[in-house]
Amino acid sequence: MAGADGDDSLYPIAVLIDELRNEDVQLRLNSIKKLSTIALALGVERTRTELLPFLTDTIYDEDEVLLALAEQLGNFTMLVGGPEYVHCLLPPLESLATVEETVVRDKAVESLRKISQEHSPVDLEVHFEPLVKRLASGDWFTSRTSACGLFSVCYPRVSSTVKAEIRQHFRTLCSDDTPMVRRAAASKLGEFAKVLELDYVKSDIISLFTALASDEQDSVRLLAVEACVSIATLLPQEDLESLVMPTLRQAAEDKSWRVRYMVADKFSELQKAVGPEITKNDLVPAFQNLLKDCEAEVRAAAANKVKEFCENLPEENREQIIMTHILPCVKELVSDTNQHVKSALASVIMGLSTILGKDNTIEHLLPLFLAQLKDECPEVRLNIISNLDCVNEVIGIRQLSQSLLPAIVELAEDAKWRVRLAIIEYMPLLAGQLGVEFFDEKLNTLCMAWLIDHVYAIREAATCNLMKLVEKFGAEWAQNTIVPKVLGMANDPNYLHRMTTLFCINALSEACGQDITTKQMLPVVLKMSNDQVANVRFNVAKSLQKIGPVLDSNALQTEVKPVLEKLATDTDMDVKYFAQEAISEMLFVVSS
Amino acid sequence: MNHTDVEVLSDCSIRSIMMATGNFLKNRAMSSAATTSPSVDKVDGFSRKSVRKAKQKRSQSSSQFRAQGKPIELTPLPLLKDVPAPEQPELFLKKLQQCCTVFDFIDTLSDLKMKEYKRSTLNELVDYVTVSRGYLTEQAYPEVVKMVSHNIFRTLPPSDSNEFDPEEDEPTLEASWPHLQLVYEFFIRFLESQEFQPSIAKKYIDQKFVLQLLELFDSEDPRERDYLKTVLHRIYGKFLGLRAFIRKQINNIFLRFVYETEHFNGVAELLEILGSIINGFALPLKAEHKQFLVKVLIPLHTVRSLSLFHAQLAYCIVQFLEKDPTLTEPVIRGLLKFWPKTCSQKEVMFLGELEEILDVIEPTQFVKIQEPLFKQISRCVSSPHFQVAERALYYWNNEYIMSLIEENSSVILPIMFSSLYRISKEHWNPAIVALVYNVLKAFMEMNSTLFDELTATYKSDRQREKKKEKEREDLWKKLEDLELKRGLRNDGIIPT
Repeated sequence: MAGADGDDSLYPIAVLIDELRNEDVQLRLNSIKKLSTIALALGVERTRTELLPFLTDTIYDEDEVLLALAEQLGNFTMLVGGPEYVHCLLPPLESLATVEETVVRDKAVESLRKISQEHSPVDLEVHFEPLVKRLASGDWFTSRTSACGLFSVCYPRVSSTVKAEIRQHFRTLCSDDTPMVRRAAASKLGEFAKVLELDYVKSDIISLFTALASDEQDSVRLLAVEACVSIATLLPQEDLESLVMPTLRQAAEDKSWRVRYMVADKFSELQKAVGPEITKNDLVPAFQNLLKDCEAEVRAAAANKVKEFCENLPEENREQIIMTHILPCVKELVSDTNQHVKSALASVIMGLSTILGKDNTIEHLLPLFLAQLKDECPEVRLNIISNLDCVNEVIGIRQLSQSLLPAIVELAEDAKWRVRLAIIEYMPLLAGQLGVEFFDEKLNTLCMAWLIDHVYAIREAATCNLMKLVEKFGAEWAQNTIVPKVLGMANDPNYLHRMTTLFCINALSEACGQDITTKQMLPVVLKMSNDQVANVRFNVAKSLQKIGPVLDSNALQTEVKPVLEKLATDTDMDVKYFAQEAISEMLFVVSS
Repeated sequence: MNHTDVEVLSDCSIRSIMMATGNFLKNRAMSSAATTSPSVDKVDGFSRKSVRKAKQKRSQSSSQFRAQGKPIELTPLPLLKDVPAPEQPELFLKKLQQCCTVFDFIDTLSDLKMKEYKRSTLNELVDYVTVSRGYLTEQAYPEVVKMVSHNIFRTLPPSDSNEFDPEEDEPTLEASWPHLQLVYEFFIRFLESQEFQPSIAKKYIDQKFVLQLLELFDSEDPRERDYLKTVLHRIYGKFLGLRAFIRKQINNIFLRFVYETEHFNGVAELLEILGSIINGFALPLKAEHKQFLVKVLIPLHTVRSLSLFHAQLAYCIVQFLEKDPTLTEPVIRGLLKFWPKTCSQKEVMFLGELEEILDVIEPTQFVKIQEPLFKQISRCVSSPHFQVAERALYYWNNEYIMSLIEENSSVILPIMFSSLYRISKEHWNPAIVALVYNVLKAFMEMNSTLFDELTATYKSDRQREKKKEKEREDLWKKLEDLELKRGLRNDGIIPT
């Protein structure tokens, strides 16, 4: 370590480079992640003349290390001396942009895009643009793939001659003979279109778009659908019909379901991009077809978009279009053979009620909601229940409550605990909408039954649910309906149930307030300190600590403290531990 | 736990798309999964395997067969053997045309009569091309290719199982197999027929045909992939003009598989074909083939589902090395680069493959690669996973490898010594400890002076390592102080 005793700035590069070469990958990775520290030690000049050439030369390493390097270099501008010198970073990043591993390459491209902004227009043409060209004409597909992501960042800031070259390169890559490159080009087509002058969008981009959209590989064609959104947004309305629509129509009927899926998935964006007229004439029938597609994947994707699509329809004929064209398809989907389709629909269908208004909802949608509430698949039922609020606003929840109840009860008793868990989480919401009377009458028993579920996660969620209910309905309600039942469980022969009492007290004390906690809950907790099961006893200690802040200081001193002190001498190690912990915490509370 | 379940469930629609779009869309698809299906994370994600299996045997058909609706009518034709020979070619064409009709097999009750008629016609065609002479007129070629194309080329349906585990799950079977099988059978007989002339057929069996054929290798039905393997093999054998194209397309499939989707059902089958192709490569190997080895076959080792095609892959690699031993170094370096970090099962596979390579390695090549190689082996030997350690220690039972180690013991022993010495004292598994003792004993017999030296310096070496470690820490501490100091000085200029 020659540098250690000399001037700080004179660290021999060899020592630092040894670190970057360490045999242990993990150490090497750590060093690379602190590359900025090394650069700082070397100073800007030696970073440029010594460190960067070294990095450029030794790019054969684990992908993990390369990824870290690619990321670091994106933030290196200041460390090489500012924008003036930023082009020094290009050689190592260029090598990284040709690596096989996709994540490394993508990161290198990301860093290149970042530092491209720090180049002056002159440097961009002198240093950056030639790099893009080299990548675009590289032998191996990786460099050409990377090039696709760089065109759009330099295009706006170069001269018109260079612009023409860039367009030419992009054109070439769009018809590359490896599908990987065509995919990369197709995925950047929209982004590139955005930075082009409108005339070139019409003359260049449209023909590329059309070609990619009829590529022999469906993986390329489906990416053209994404580009379609950006392109359609850029073009004036009158050109859409002739330049974009033929391709879009073709995509919506593509023989590959993946392409149709993509159309369905992007439907709202497409709809916005092409405007109301084309939506009415073209997209409505296309959407109907997607909702009736033979592949469930496509139907599910389309079903997901039903609400958004309807919302974005032109207002003047919205209702008519929905009622005559969309609703019939939706009705069929309610009894689809595939549960993913049904559940996708169930997650949005309630939203239609706000669009269609009260009468239509009651007449047309309500039967569908009810049917879905009885669906065999719990996910469908859950999705309906989780969106009740939309219907509540339009027609009130009462219309549904008769069907709702059996659905809730069935979910509450589902054999899968995750389903039970999901319905518990909706309880506070449901309680709010159904009102306290309905709740007491129909749902309270369920909520209490969950407390003795045989799965801990359910008991835990049930406890939390009670707390939320108390927050909603108030302490008085708690005192009358749930506190007695909870406290009753303290005498249950099953120690797990006795513990549940403690957990409930932990959760409820704050919401119930000092009075109920001190007068009703505390005695029960204190009594349980004599429980024969150690787990109950140490949970008593924990509970006392937990409810301490709610109690008055008198009760703390006279009742809680003696019990904790006794527990602190318990024979069980854990009980002792938690009692002692509680004591040290509580004293703090008392003294403050 | 919740998190993984979410993935399983939302996968159904998203995953298959990701397969198609690869990395560009990976993130996008994920985020759209999160935004478009908000319900998903509230739902039970257990897709219990037992439950799924209890359902009827899954079978699928692709989009094109459905949605036709109308009943299909074919006018029955006389049997070929019942008409005079001169009329047979004409009738043969008519039958081929009839067989272009495809049926919906998901609806098991539709068109029963016609399905049976097509099946018997196909059977008849299979027999006919096998035994008849003089049937293959020039007009027959386009008709045969058309019939085959109509039947076999189709968009494969979305995969039913999200996380297909070939060891646990039943593959989804193709519903239209009763017809499809006969079509494949017919096509193979056609290609193998003595009258078959590639010079005429190449007009119809072209690049586009091959491309579509290759895409079918993604079929989930192993029976179909098996037929495809034979078909592709025949085409590769008979159409010299398509060979380079086929290799290039397989290249693309593999690259997409490795770097974009990690999903393709037919990798093992394609590798099997490649195995025999590599076998036939002329020497010296073309640059294109070497590139294929280094840039495609080696990265195939990184794929998660390696176990499904590892045997075929290792075979291909060894084939290459037998052709050209100078490739040993890049191959082994490649394997070392992609050495599994966390997956012990894969590590065992790598060790197995490495042993296959060492079995055929030339001593001159061995010397070039021994240092990095044995550094890795030394890490494997001290793996806490006993199967990995055991697999590595088994090398010492291999006579050829032993002879190589012995010749180079002065290099290898110092690399291996500290690991062996340490685990002989520390490994939790007694079987491993016993194996290590044997290895140490073997080394002692090989080169006792060096062994004694290493034993004597073991402690001081460890201390030196510790000291070096300490120095590293000090260096970094200094560097960080420096960063802090400068950061303060040029506050705001240096990014942190």
